[in-house]
Amino acid sequence: MATAYDIAIKQEKSEEDGSAPVVAVESLRKTFGSHMVLNGISLSVDRGETLAVLGRSGTGKSVLLRLIIGLETPDSGSICIHGQNIVGLALDRIGEIRKKMGFLFQHAALYDSLTVAENVAFPLVHHRKDMSSSERSKRVKQLLAEVGMEGNLEKMPSDISGGMQKRVGLARALALDPEILLLDEPTAGLDPISSGEIDDLILKLQRERRMASIVVTHDLHSARTIANRLALLDQGNVVIEGTFEDLQQSDIGFVEDFLKLS
Amino acid sequence: MSNSGFTTVAVINPPLPGRRIVHIDTAVNSTMGLIGGFFEWFGNLGIFFWQVLRAAVTPPYEWRELIRQLDEVGSKSFPVVVMAGSAIGVIISLEARYSLSRFGAKSMFPATLVYSVIQVMGPIITGLVVSGRVGAGISAELASMKVTEQIDAIEASAINPYRYLAATRILACILMLPLLTLVSDGCGLLMGWFAQTLVEPLSFHQFIQDGFKGATFSTFLPQTFKTSVYGLIIGLIACFQGMRTRGGAEGVGRAATNSVVLASLFVILADVVLVKFILVVFP
Repeated sequence: MATAYDIAIKQEKSEEDGSAPVVAVESLRKTFGSHMVLNGISLSVDRGETLAVLGRSGTGKSVLLRLIIGLETPDSGSICIHGQNIVGLALDRIGEIRKKMGFLFQHAALYDSLTVAENVAFPLVHHRKDMSSSERSKRVKQLLAEVGMEGNLEKMPSDISGGMQKRVGLARALALDPEILLLDEPTAGLDPISSGEIDDLILKLQRERRMASIVVTHDLHSARTIANRLALLDQGNVVIEGTFEDLQQSDIGFVEDFLKLS
Repeated sequence: MSNSGFTTVAVINPPLPGRRIVHIDTAVNSTMGLIGGFFEWFGNLGIFFWQVLRAAVTPPYEWRELIRQLDEVGSKSFPVVVMAGSAIGVIISLEARYSLSRFGAKSMFPATLVYSVIQVMGPIITGLVVSGRVGAGISAELASMKVTEQIDAIEASAINPYRYLAATRILACILMLPLLTLVSDGCGLLMGWFAQTLVEPLSFHQFIQDGFKGATFSTFLPQTFKTSVYGLIIGLIACFQGMRTRGGAEGVGRAATNSVVLASLFVILADVVLVKFILVVFP
């Protein structure tokens, strides 16, 4: 297991030679009460790469994303964004790093008192003070067009379907041109056609924007479509990490079972 | 054997010497748990208040949201405060006329009404009414946002929820409570006078002149502005209860109920302290 000293040395070196991955988690542990959710996992994602994190419910996949964006604090380990460890940073410093990240929540988490357009404009209103209101509204329309929701600007979140909410959530996540995109179950609860559309959308965005993405999903088909690499979690550990072919060739019982049942 | 469950248990499980000790032990543990929970709640409230305070005094300031909240707390509480204030004025007028007549002190009616409404009933009734309407509203709104991850989404967008959600709402309560109290007082006096006039005509000019005879600003201002403390209590407890909610729709309902109960209780307790404080500082 890597010590805090090892992590610091590694971080310093990668900062010096500029080879640091966009996101790198090292020996990450998280417990809730007596329940160990993550047991020292290590993962990294480079620019333009998509990592899909798979696993059963309750294996800490969503917790991993929440730790990366700083909504939870790990018990130990490091989370480096562009080589900078964000664990223990003050709230305003984490805020600066969060501006480089887009997060799509499992249930979209749209602000239910705001319209679709206002939801997408929300990060811009707060962080792009230099933008005039006409520029902002042009940008909102452009973002919504990018996710195929340009005709729903004035609708309330409760008036649109789950798939449409995910699209709007994605547009909001992209508002600040993030370098990192975190997607929590982007296709959960959607019919196969809507799931396919969301997958296509994520692929298109990846091609155009070349972000480092981490997708948490149960959906093996979706993961295979959108991700370059897959990591399978079980009981807080990474059981296997690699391409879909690597998973297929694995003789680990859990991996075989997971592929067979998915 | 009796049909009651208690007797059945007593027969099946007759009292043993050790069982009483176990019961005492359980009672002590439960009491200690309650005391611990009480201090934990206050500790968490203190930490929450510190986080809100720190967020409130550092830029960027959320002016737009503050103005929206001033409208939400102020204008939308206006009708209910007008009704409550008017009702209190009428009640005091009816009671005071009856009591003063018995002691032959009817000439004291205007002063009794003015002092009762402005110094005692207006502030506390406004505090309780706002606690019910605004406290429950804020708490339910924030709790609903919490359980649907909207607060997390705000935080993930690099916006401080303590500044954007809590500080604006608490500040709106602090600023609007004295203004709503003035409205409540005004309506109370007007309706109190009106109720008196229906029975025994008295000009409004005479009523005001007699009622405020010998009064200075310090007679009424501290009583009105003490409601800012009520505003702090209502806003703080509502935001705290809302933002720490867990457990779906049931949690939202629980947060709203707890918020109203606790805020109302603390408003009354604060009044006890503030009345004494004002009497000492503004004798």
